Amino acid sequence: MVEYRIDRRSGVATYVQIVQQTKQALRLGLLEPGDKLPTAREVVEATAINPNTVLKAYRELEREGLVEARRGLGTFVRRSLGTATPAESPLHGELDAWASKAREAGLDREDVAALFTAVLEKHFTDKHSLGDVS
Amino acid sequence: MTDTAGLALEATAVGRRFGARWKAPAWALRDCTFKLAAGRVCAVVGPNGAGKSTLLALAAGLLVPTEGTVTVLGTDPASARTRVGYVAQDKPLYPQLTVAETLRMGADLNPGRWDAATGERIVADGGLDPAARVRSLSGGQRTRVALALALAKRPELLLLDEPMADLDPLARHELMGVLMAQAAQHGTTIVMSSHVVAELEGSCDHLLLIGGGRVRLSGEIDDLLAAHVRVSGLAETSLDPHTVVEARTTGRQLTALVRPSGPLPESLRTSTPSLEELVLSYLRNPQAPGTTPAEHEKAAI
Repeated sequence: MVEYRIDRRSGVATYVQIVQQTKQALRLGLLEPGDKLPTAREVVEATAINPNTVLKAYRELEREGLVEARRGLGTFVRRSLGTATPAESPLHGELDAWASKAREAGLDREDVAALFTAVLEKHFTDKHSLGDVS
Repeated sequence: MTDTAGLALEATAVGRRFGARWKAPAWALRDCTFKLAAGRVCAVVGPNGAGKSTLLALAAGLLVPTEGTVTVLGTDPASARTRVGYVAQDKPLYPQLTVAETLRMGADLNPGRWDAATGERIVADGGLDPAARVRSLSGGQRTRVALALALAKRPELLLLDEPMADLDPLARHELMGVLMAQAAQHGTTIVMSSHVVAELEGSCDHLLLIGGGRVRLSGEIDDLLAAHVRVSGLAETSLDPHTVVEARTTGRQLTALVRPSGPLPESLRTSTPSLEELVLSYLRNPQAPGTTPAEHEKAAI
């Protein structure tokens, strides 16, 4: 079973936090195929968030094929997630090299974080951003 | 969402006036129109004296509108009363009754609907002694008893006026959890007022912002947030033709909350506002044009 921790000040949409924490639990092996996710009622009773938010998160996980809803029984894990980027992967290596380079160039931790976030936002615009709406 | 069957609450041009006609009558609410679909958790937000309590009392059938109509669960408020739970701001209870007697009174007054287990559990979770008299309880404990009464009635629509004001943060979180569980399990529509927006963010999915006796904003919170953008950029950037809710310049920097009517200038940095930012921007700017679902629908066409 997984327990969700909702951070209301993080700026990350609540349903996204649930999706992310579920995936994290899958990566860490805290959740395995066949395991049952907590019911919407259980989640909202513990976190005081809106029930529709939980359902939205579960629908998103279902859409990604990670879980399945079984009518009247609950929501179950269908497959686990491998570790996305193991420490020895080429991506990790490149990022590591880039971080050393940034440090040599005199950037401090916050500069690097700001730069990284800016690039991240450029490449992973979330679907609620205005560009898609208008 | 246009059929009345799926609506928990609907107000059409509702106004309520207090005071005698010849002595400068005061309108607490004027020209209020909105719809709330069943199963929503709606936050009624606004400054003190905005008309929040009046609106809830009208929905509960305790006040009659001076003009316009209120429809509750597809009928008039008086006929819907057995299916509606209402907790007034001052949590009226009989001080001389004990907690257990108060719950028994609830059972007697609501034959056929009463869920004794729910009422007893909510009271017990707060560590209240069933033999304690209501008179001897603290404000927060009284709130808990009032919510136990309202929830044990298994209402289809629950109207709560400033429900959390007397509660400590722990009890607030726990009782909000109880309310959300009720909504999840029974599909209860919940309407709750507060002037602490942060306490409602995350729990509510619908917003009704009231200011000066009128509806300023009404709609799904996700839609409202998606319709607004916080922008920052250089002071000389023009925000035309977008609707500007609030704009401030500090030195060379411009920050604003806008409702875009098309693509925004590339030079602006944009971010999604939080619910609190959105509400505060509207409250600070009483002249800012609001949106209601009707306008959304028109805009969509």
